[in-house]
Amino acid sequence: MNILVCISNVPDTTSKINFNENNTSFDSQGVQFIINPNDEFGLTRAIWLQQKLGAKVTVVTVGDSTCEAILRKCLAIGADQAIRIDLKPQDGFQVASCLASICKKTEYDLVITGRESIDYNGGMVGAILATQLKIPYLANCIQLELDGDNLNLQREIDGGKEILTATFPLAIGAQKGLVEEKDLIIPNMRGIMQARQKPLEVVPPEINACNSLVQNYEKPAEKGPVKLVDAEDIDGLIDLLENEAKVI
Amino acid sequence: MTVLVFIESQDGVIKKASLEAISYGRSIADNQGHNLIGVGFSIKDSQILKSYGLDKLYNIDTQGDYYFNVDRYSSNISSIVEKEKVSIAIVSASADSRYLGPVLSVKIDAAYLSNVIELPSQYEPLKVKRSCFTNKAFNETQSEKKCTVLSLSSNSFGLKEKPGKVEVISESYSNLTNNLKVSSLDKATDKVSIADADIVVSGGRGLKGPENWHLIEDLAEVLGAATACSKPVSDMGWRSHSEHVGQTGKPVASNLYIAIGVSGAIQHIAGINSSKVKVVINNDPEAPFFKAADYGIVGDAFEVVPTLTEKLKARKKI
Repeated sequence: MNILVCISNVPDTTSKINFNENNTSFDSQGVQFIINPNDEFGLTRAIWLQQKLGAKVTVVTVGDSTCEAILRKCLAIGADQAIRIDLKPQDGFQVASCLASICKKTEYDLVITGRESIDYNGGMVGAILATQLKIPYLANCIQLELDGDNLNLQREIDGGKEILTATFPLAIGAQKGLVEEKDLIIPNMRGIMQARQKPLEVVPPEINACNSLVQNYEKPAEKGPVKLVDAEDIDGLIDLLENEAKVI
Repeated sequence: MTVLVFIESQDGVIKKASLEAISYGRSIADNQGHNLIGVGFSIKDSQILKSYGLDKLYNIDTQGDYYFNVDRYSSNISSIVEKEKVSIAIVSASADSRYLGPVLSVKIDAAYLSNVIELPSQYEPLKVKRSCFTNKAFNETQSEKKCTVLSLSSNSFGLKEKPGKVEVISESYSNLTNNLKVSSLDKATDKVSIADADIVVSGGRGLKGPENWHLIEDLAEVLGAATACSKPVSDMGWRSHSEHVGQTGKPVASNLYIAIGVSGAIQHIAGINSSKVKVVINNDPEAPFFKAADYGIVGDAFEVVPTLTEKLKARKKI
């Protein structure tokens, strides 16, 4: 079984977000980059399938050489090999198209992306990739279990979950729930040493088209100070919410 | 040219998020002199659409098939896009809409732009403002395609009524099949979901344990609100991860967000920051949430919250 896990290099969740070049690009100065958390949930499930069924796990990212640190981390976590598509992408469509070209060279039974990246929050790469490949895609996937040749799956929906079955090939958008936070694998020294020997292939992009271009960024306006209400004056709070904020 | 809206319904009843998407679509159509059409699946209450200025509804009878099906829905919508010469297609930010949007964009060769928070600032080419970095920033994005699918952030535009007439057209349901099949739904029907809620009441570690969650639930009930929780609470298993809001959980864009015993980690604030009014109740005056909130009470949640619930009950006489 071949599994492809698509990884996005994103700023750590605690990062301060700043822009430069006249607010046209993200300022990565002093920012720590991590594996997109949704992708890491997906990778962890892929490693489980690797250990259970001997699946071969390939991780792939679209980005410049600064993304190699997180690919090495994926290898240390347990992925067998890594591919970097050498392109600084403009939009999610371009990322998905580059990933689709990889999937056309090798057949993957399961393609895993994160539900969305925590930087651009597009929530589109998995769906576009799968639709281009004409394989089914399950968004917001919170369960993937094997039942012989079949898969038992769950999708988180507004106010509940949907229970599904499928067979390979399939693409999913992983998120928390697919595995729990405590199941995430922290690379040990052996993993880190082995990762240095594992293949990390750099390939040029075959597709360059994008569907959209970010023109500029801005940060939200500074918020005014909080209005404090005395803990004894609950009526005061209710009045403010009712008459000033008009939200209840 | 035409503006199209995907109209989502549950048990035939149109969802509020779709009425917001229609309101948004109507404004674009008026601005550009376009027609506004909707595509819905087994909608029963199409009368309400008269109040929102929809010109035409394609109502597709799913023959009793109750489940959302991304392939069939997108296939039906793409043939209507072609027939009606659609240049802008709008979906809401619900789970199903955000699933459908990018799939549809491939089928109709359109750009897909999510997290849209305002009307376009320019039409040819289309340019919209979107939130990014989990609401820590915004960007202006330009579509490079003739047709664009927009996913509108919830509560970003609001409902705007506009009386009119709606022509209803029936279409037959796509019969596409694939190897992904829904077997059942597991849905708490009596509870307001975070995505649909105008008000969200959220609890953090300050509540000390899952046994104290009645404080959150009672307050949510009197306000008709959804319940949510912080990441540590879901990680410790006090509450289901479906309630976890924040950067790696669900985004919240409610009118009112009440955080109780939530310290306000940067990831949590990011996830809820597009809520319009934020209230914090915490006994630690140094909690970072006070910097993000509009109203705050420094006090013991175990005393403040039951009093708040009782007083709201008395006012609403229930």
